[in-house]
Amino acid sequence: MELIAFYILAAIVTVSAVAVIAAKNPVHSVLWLITAFFTSAGLLVLIGAEFLAMLLVVVYVGAVAVLFLFVVMMLDVDFVELKQGTLGYWPFAALVGVAFAAEIALVTFARSAAGDEINAKPGAATNAEAIGQVMYTEYLLLFQMSGIILLVAMIGAIVLTLRHKPHVKRQNIAKQTARTRKDAIRRIDVESGKGL
Amino acid sequence: MDITVNHFLAVSAILFTVGVVGIFVNRKNIIVILMAIELILLSVNINLVAFSVFSGTIVGQIFAMLVLTVAAAEAAVGLAILVVFFRNRGDIAVESIDLMKG
Repeated sequence: MELIAFYILAAIVTVSAVAVIAAKNPVHSVLWLITAFFTSAGLLVLIGAEFLAMLLVVVYVGAVAVLFLFVVMMLDVDFVELKQGTLGYWPFAALVGVAFAAEIALVTFARSAAGDEINAKPGAATNAEAIGQVMYTEYLLLFQMSGIILLVAMIGAIVLTLRHKPHVKRQNIAKQTARTRKDAIRRIDVESGKGL
Repeated sequence: MDITVNHFLAVSAILFTVGVVGIFVNRKNIIVILMAIELILLSVNINLVAFSVFSGTIVGQIFAMLVLTVAAAEAAVGLAILVVFFRNRGDIAVESIDLMKG
């Protein structure tokens, strides 16, 4: 039963991964990417790593995929033109892909032939509990570092994309409080019968 | 027959290969290249989690979380660079990003 579920999910992951790189429209690519992430989360649930599965859904589908969608829709690019001539890359890409797949298969089968298949089940505590027990104690420093990485990425993204438009009115508080009556108000004697 | 670690290794190998091929196929479209990189990182994550579960040590899942963090940061910064590049050039063709080449 589990094996059937595994094969179904694995097939969906594979198909959607291929669709990500083959789709003509990048919006479709992002949607296929979301499918791939969702089904991989299903795969992780299947072997009992439910915390990572939820994290995958929250981080990838909730943040990264939405970011991709925003950018794809924000950029006004002629994607049909970008797709032109990519057919010529297929032979080379297929060559590289076959080479990689062959290398991985070679390593995998070499390992399998040695016959040391690892197949033990983790302890009794729930997955999230088990992760929490080591993450906040033994790997606290790594946890903090990943927080800093995210902070740096956030600041970097803001610094890169922030831009001050020249003709937009903004509040400048220092200038506002430094203003005195002398340079704000002007007294003019207007003769009667004449304008300014 | 139960699910073994080899099943997961096969899925992750396929995902990795698809990601690498995607980088080469979509050489003009940098957005899809970034997505292919996300696929590669996903395959790495599946590998880490599978080994962690089937060997009974939780550490692999911690590292998978770190990979997740780095992937999110990479996507954010990469897309920010992409937006700036589009603002300056008006297109995102990868082939024209060779201004720094002397």
